[in-house]
Amino acid sequence: MARAVVMGRTDNVATVLADVALGQEVEVVDETGRSRGGVQAIDDIPFGHKIALRHVDEDRQVVKYGHTIGTATAVIRVGQHVDTHNLGSVRGRVERASQR
Amino acid sequence: MNSSDFRNAAAAGLPPLDLNELSIHAYARPDGSGGVRNHVLVLPASACATRVCQQIVQRVPGAVTLDNHAGCGQSGKDLAQTLRTLSGFGLNANVAAVMVVGLGCEALQIDEITTALAGSGKPVAALVIQDRGTTRTIEKGEALCRKMVGDAARLTRTPTSLRSLTVGLQCGGSDATSGLVANPVLGMVSDRLVAAGATVMLAETPECIGAETVLMERATDPAVASRIEAVVGRFEERLRATGEDFLGSQPGPGNIAGGITTIEEKSLGCVRKAGVSPISGVLEYAERPPASGLYLMDTPGLDNESVTGEVAGGCQIIVFTTGRGSALGCPIAPVVKVTANGRTFERMRDDIDVGLGEVVEGADSMESAAQRLWCELLLVAEGKLTRSEQHGFDEFAIWRIGPSY
Repeated sequence: MARAVVMGRTDNVATVLADVALGQEVEVVDETGRSRGGVQAIDDIPFGHKIALRHVDEDRQVVKYGHTIGTATAVIRVGQHVDTHNLGSVRGRVERASQR
Repeated sequence: MNSSDFRNAAAAGLPPLDLNELSIHAYARPDGSGGVRNHVLVLPASACATRVCQQIVQRVPGAVTLDNHAGCGQSGKDLAQTLRTLSGFGLNANVAAVMVVGLGCEALQIDEITTALAGSGKPVAALVIQDRGTTRTIEKGEALCRKMVGDAARLTRTPTSLRSLTVGLQCGGSDATSGLVANPVLGMVSDRLVAAGATVMLAETPECIGAETVLMERATDPAVASRIEAVVGRFEERLRATGEDFLGSQPGPGNIAGGITTIEEKSLGCVRKAGVSPISGVLEYAERPPASGLYLMDTPGLDNESVTGEVAGGCQIIVFTTGRGSALGCPIAPVVKVTANGRTFERMRDDIDVGLGEVVEGADSMESAAQRLWCELLLVAEGKLTRSEQHGFDEFAIWRIGPSY
């Protein structure tokens, strides 16, 4: 089964360690290789890209490494590919950073 | 560090070593430092002397030069930074002797460089092109340089404590595997170096944006924490002053294709290179650290400028993690390339020194990978040529912080 690694207990995304196809079951492991359950991909997700482990409402934080890596720019559903189409940097955008 | 973070497991790190047993064979320099290489450096004081220096080293096997595009039409802090960078290359323990070549009229006068090098006790010569023209400067430079290379060749490696090592951490062409595996593995090696009394530099200030708290929590005192916040903030302001989003440059197109979506995500992966050791201070670009330990040097993320700053600050070896691949080298320091992306290792096996793809595939542990990287680092310190050295790749670029006049 394809694996995805989750880096922190509070993370709502994991990184897939193989190319994953829509509908595929993905085993989620932590950094030590211990299983943390599974998730079904609802998108094609390329190697190294993120899969959502939890539902994230728009404007809510996306968390990886136990820290925020930006906010959802659209609703993110469990198993969805998390990438530039639904995740935006806060620090890297002039308008958003000035509102911070 | 977030206490709920799984990285605690990885941070358990490498088993302790008997630090008294650790030594490398290095070239002892008059100032007490130890070089892992033994270069004779022909150092152009300005862009106007760069081509003359190239022609000198073409005539003298064993001599190296660097591609200086600065040294004139500069002023103030910008000129001081260029002087610090060029002098830093001359002072680097990997350099046995230095021949400085200037045009004569440039802003950066060769006396300033030779004065900065005087305390090192190394052989230093100086030539001015406007004194005798290029033909005779090249001839005289060739003769002086041959003598320096001959003298340097008589030096031998002697046992030196690991305390004499300064190692620069760097990443370039990062992808998701960098933050997941290559950087934390390098972090374990970094922690072991710091524990052994060596000096380690983290750099690439914009790649701390969004991860400053991770670093600030590890500052040895509150002043260091404020300095970390200040230099990252200064860089963020500089980027923001352009009025444009970082997206497309930080992270860049290759980072995004490799699964890194935001600067915060890139930074959180990037800083894992520096392990979990306390951070003793923040260095200006090309500044030499005052003591051993782990430091953050304020540099751009641009690989050639960042590596140049680290080596000018005294790094004898750079360990460079990559996801997409990189071929970058340095004129005087070995650059050890590490990737945890198995596909990149296959595609760029001519350019990558250490492949850690097995960890991503679940076939090797982080600890075993760190042990492999540690061994490679020591082999390179003792003379094993890195891929970029074998290819003769010798990038050099000074971070300019002022306009050209």
